[in-house]
Amino acid sequence: TAGAPSSAWACLPDLLPLYYRRLFPFSQYYRWLSYGGVSKNYFQNREFSFTLKDDIYVRYQSFTTQNELEKEMQKMVPYKIDIGAVYSHRPSQHNAVKSGTFQALEKELVFDIDMTDYDDVRRCCSAADICSKCWTLMTIAIRILDRALREDFGFHHLLWVYSGRRGVHCWVCDDAARKLSVAARSAVAEYLSLIKGGEETVRKVVLSDPIHPFINHSLSVVERYFCQYAIVEQDILGSKESVDKVLALLPEDILSFPVVLSQYQYFTSRYQYQSNFTILSEIMLQYCYPRLDVNVSKGVNHLLKSPFSIHPKTGRISVPIDLKELNTFDPFEVPTISLICEELERPRADEAEDDDVKDKENEQEAGERRRIRDYKRTSLAKYVKVFDRFLEAMARSRKGEMLQKSDLQKDF
Amino acid sequence: MQFPGRRKKLIGSSQNDLYDHCLQFYGQPPLENISLTEFETFAVERLKLLKTVENLGVSCVKNSEQYTKKLDAEISKFFFNKEDGISEYEKRRKDHISHFILRLAYCQTEDLRRWFIQQEMDLFRYRFNDLHSKHKTDFLHKNNLKYETVSAEEKKSLQDKLIASSYGLSGTKVEEHDVYKVPFQDALDLVRTRKVYLLAGNAYIPHHEIVTIVLNDFRTRLSKALAMTARSLPAVQSDERLQPLLSHLSHAYVGQDYSIQKNIGKISLEQIDALSGKSFPLCMRHLHKALRENHHLRHGGRMQYGLFLKGIGLSLEQALQFWRSEFVKGKVDADKFDKAYAYSVRHMFGKEGKRTDYTPYSCMKVILSNPPSQGDYHGCPFRHSDPELLKQKLQNYKVSPSGTNQILELVKGMHYQLACQKYFELTHNVEDAGFSLNHPNQYFTESQKLLSGGRDIKKEVDMSQRSQENPASVTRPSQANSKQAHEEMGDLDSFFQDE
Repeated sequence: TAGAPSSAWACLPDLLPLYYRRLFPFSQYYRWLSYGGVSKNYFQNREFSFTLKDDIYVRYQSFTTQNELEKEMQKMVPYKIDIGAVYSHRPSQHNAVKSGTFQALEKELVFDIDMTDYDDVRRCCSAADICSKCWTLMTIAIRILDRALREDFGFHHLLWVYSGRRGVHCWVCDDAARKLSVAARSAVAEYLSLIKGGEETVRKVVLSDPIHPFINHSLSVVERYFCQYAIVEQDILGSKESVDKVLALLPEDILSFPVVLSQYQYFTSRYQYQSNFTILSEIMLQYCYPRLDVNVSKGVNHLLKSPFSIHPKTGRISVPIDLKELNTFDPFEVPTISLICEELERPRADEAEDDDVKDKENEQEAGERRRIRDYKRTSLAKYVKVFDRFLEAMARSRKGEMLQKSDLQKDF
Repeated sequence: MQFPGRRKKLIGSSQNDLYDHCLQFYGQPPLENISLTEFETFAVERLKLLKTVENLGVSCVKNSEQYTKKLDAEISKFFFNKEDGISEYEKRRKDHISHFILRLAYCQTEDLRRWFIQQEMDLFRYRFNDLHSKHKTDFLHKNNLKYETVSAEEKKSLQDKLIASSYGLSGTKVEEHDVYKVPFQDALDLVRTRKVYLLAGNAYIPHHEIVTIVLNDFRTRLSKALAMTARSLPAVQSDERLQPLLSHLSHAYVGQDYSIQKNIGKISLEQIDALSGKSFPLCMRHLHKALRENHHLRHGGRMQYGLFLKGIGLSLEQALQFWRSEFVKGKVDADKFDKAYAYSVRHMFGKEGKRTDYTPYSCMKVILSNPPSQGDYHGCPFRHSDPELLKQKLQNYKVSPSGTNQILELVKGMHYQLACQKYFELTHNVEDAGFSLNHPNQYFTESQKLLSGGRDIKKEVDMSQRSQENPASVTRPSQANSKQAHEEMGDLDSFFQDE
C-alpha cells in the first residue's frame, strides 16, 4: 500500500522550508502560469490557496511577480498549494472590488481521477490505499482520456500529474480550454463519462446500439489491459463473492447458460458470441473505465492541487507524468520530500569550486542558478524535465500562432 | 419597450416585413402600442402555455405521442382567438408581444430567468422541430446562422463514424444531405449526451439535428437579453398600471420555494428519526438513513438534505449540532468538523461567503441536476435507483406489493414525482394525496398537515372548480383602482393550480 512512513508528516516543518528555498522549480512554474505574457496580468490575477500548518486555509492569494511568489511561499511555508482561476482583478484585493464585479474569467480545464471512486470494483485495496495491482486503473484512465481530449476535442497541451497519493490530475492548458464556460466544461466531462449511478445502481454502464466511436476507442484500450488487470491481478473470478458481483451485471437469461465461471476461458469463449459482446463490453467498462468527478471539471473557480506541491500525508511530490513512459510509471517510485532533501545534502565534489566564483555575481541570479543545479542533483530532475518539455511545446505553439496572426495582418 | 398611453398607432405596411417567418428569435422588441387588456391577456395566456410546457416536460417523455398531442392542443389554445379566426400576422404578433411582456416579469432573479429560458427553449424546440425542412433552412438563413458544410470526400471517409454517432442517420442520408462542422462549444447539448461525432474539436452535425445548435444560440441570446432587461426594469416597474400584473406573474410561477423559514425551532432534533419515517419523502428518508449508518454524507447529499432540513424549520444552531453529532461518530473529530464542515452548514444558512440564503431543492432540481455517482446517496430514488433496489427498499418500508407495483409502473413511465406522490398516498393511507408534488418540503408540510388532521377538504373542492373556468374569460376592463386590481389578480392563482 502507498504512503511514506508517518514520520514524513512530522518532518514537514523542517523539510518544506528547504524544499521551497532550494528545490521548488519556481521559474518553470512562473513560466507556465504566465502563458507567454500574451494576456496582461494573467499571472497577477491568478488565485492560489494555501493550507498552512495546523490546517489553516487561506484563499485569494495572488502575486505580482515570480519573486513575490517565491518570497511568500518561503515565508508562509504552505503544506498544500492549490491553483484556482484567473480573475478579473487581483484576488488578494478582491474585497476592495465593487461587489459583483470580481469574477473568475479563465482557468485550465481539469480532471481529477481518484482511486476511491473505484472502490466498488477493486478488491486489492480500498479508500486511500493504492497498490501496483490497482494502479493499472490510472494507466487506463490516462490513455483513454488523453486520446479523447486530443483527438475528439482537439486539445494539444495536456499536463498529467500524479496527485501524490491515490490518483492523477489532468490540466488541459490550451487557450481554448482555459476560455471554456461552465456549461462547456460540464459537457466535456459528461461526454467522457460512462459510469452512471451511485450506491443504489448495480449496472452502471449501459451501452446502446450503435456504439459511439468514442466508446469503441475506449473499449479497445480497456481490452488491452482487461485480462491482465481484472482476471489476473484483481482476480474477479476468484471468489464466490466477486463472481456474484460480476453475475449481478448480467441479464437474467444469460444465467441459464451452464458455465464454469472460475475460468478465464469463460470470457474469451463468450466473447466470440456477437450477441454477448455488448454485455461483456459493459462489464469490462464497469470494472475499468475512468471515473471522473464532473464537479471538479465544471467550475471555472474550482481550486485544484498544484503540480510540484507536496502531499502532506505521503510526503510525495505531485510530479508530472511522462506519457511516453506511462507503462513503467510507478507511484511508489515518485520521490518524497524527505528523499530529495536528503539527496540535496549529499556533497558533490565537482561543485565546490564553482560556487565561490559564481557567488560574486548578482546574488539573485546566483541563487537561481544554484537552485537549478540543486534540483538537478535530486530525483526531482527527471520530472522537471517532463515539465520543461511541456512548456517548450506550448511556447512553440504560441510562436506558431503569432506568426500566423502576423502573416494575416501583414505585420513583418 | 415603451408604454405610453392607450392611443393606438398603426404600424401598417411593415406588417409583413416584421413577421416574415412563423418562428422568431425575439431579437427586436415590439414597437407598437397596445391596450392594457391585451397586455394582460397576452401575458397570462403565454404563461399558461409555458407552465404546460414545464409540466409536460416532467411528466411525459419529450416528443412522445402524449407530449406532442398535449402540447399541440395547448399551442392551438394559445393562438386561438374567439373572433372569426386569427390571421397569421396576428398569431405572430401575439407570440412576439407576449414573449417580451414575460421577459419583464421573469428577468429579475436567477431562478426566474432560468425557468423562463428553460420553458421558452422547450417551446421553441418543439415548434422548430415541427417545421418543414425547407422552413427550417429558411429560418437559419434569415437569422444568419453560419455553419460550415462538410465536403463530400470528408463525409464519405467519416461515413461509418457519423452513422454510429448520430441518431437517425443512414448511409443515404449522409450522402444526400448536408452535414455541418461546428466548433464543439456551439453544440454542447449534443456533446454532453454524446449524440454527435467529434473530431479535432469540431462536432459533425447532420441536417436534422441542427435544431440543437439553434437552441444554443437561442439560449445565449435570451440570457443576455434578460440580463439587459433586468437593468431597465425599474423604469417599467414604476408604471403603476403594470406593476401589480408583473409582480403577480412572477410570483404565480414560483409559488412556494420554502426559502423563508417558517416554524424555526419547532422541530427538535430528537424528532428527526421518527419524522424521517413518517413525513420525509423517500429521497430524504434515504439520505437520513445513510447519514445515520455511515456518519457521513458527501457534498451533494449534505446540500440536498441540509437545505431540506433548513426548510422544515431547523435553526442554524440545531443544524450544526445535528451534523456535528453525526460526523463525530464517524471518522471526523470535533475539531475537523468545526474547521471543515461547519463552514458549509453556515454557508447553507447564508452566513458565509456570498451570504446567499440558499433555497431547498425542488423536485425538478433533484431529478434533473447533479446525478449521484459511486458513494453518493442524493438524487431522487425514483429517478436514480435501480428498479430492483427501489422495490426492495419499498418492501422494507412496508409498502404493499400492489402499491409497489403501481409505483414501479409510474417510474417506468418516467413519472417520478407522481411515483413519489403515490408513495405518499400509500404511507399515509389516503386515496388521493390532494396536492401536486413538486418539492420535498411540500411533501413534508402536507404530511404534517395530514397527520395533525389539518386538511381542509372543502377548500380542495373550491380550488378544482375554479381551475376549470375558461381562462379566456378573465380579460377584465382596466382598473382605475389598484386595490381592486390586486383583488382581481387573485384569480390568476387559479390558473396555476395544477389540474
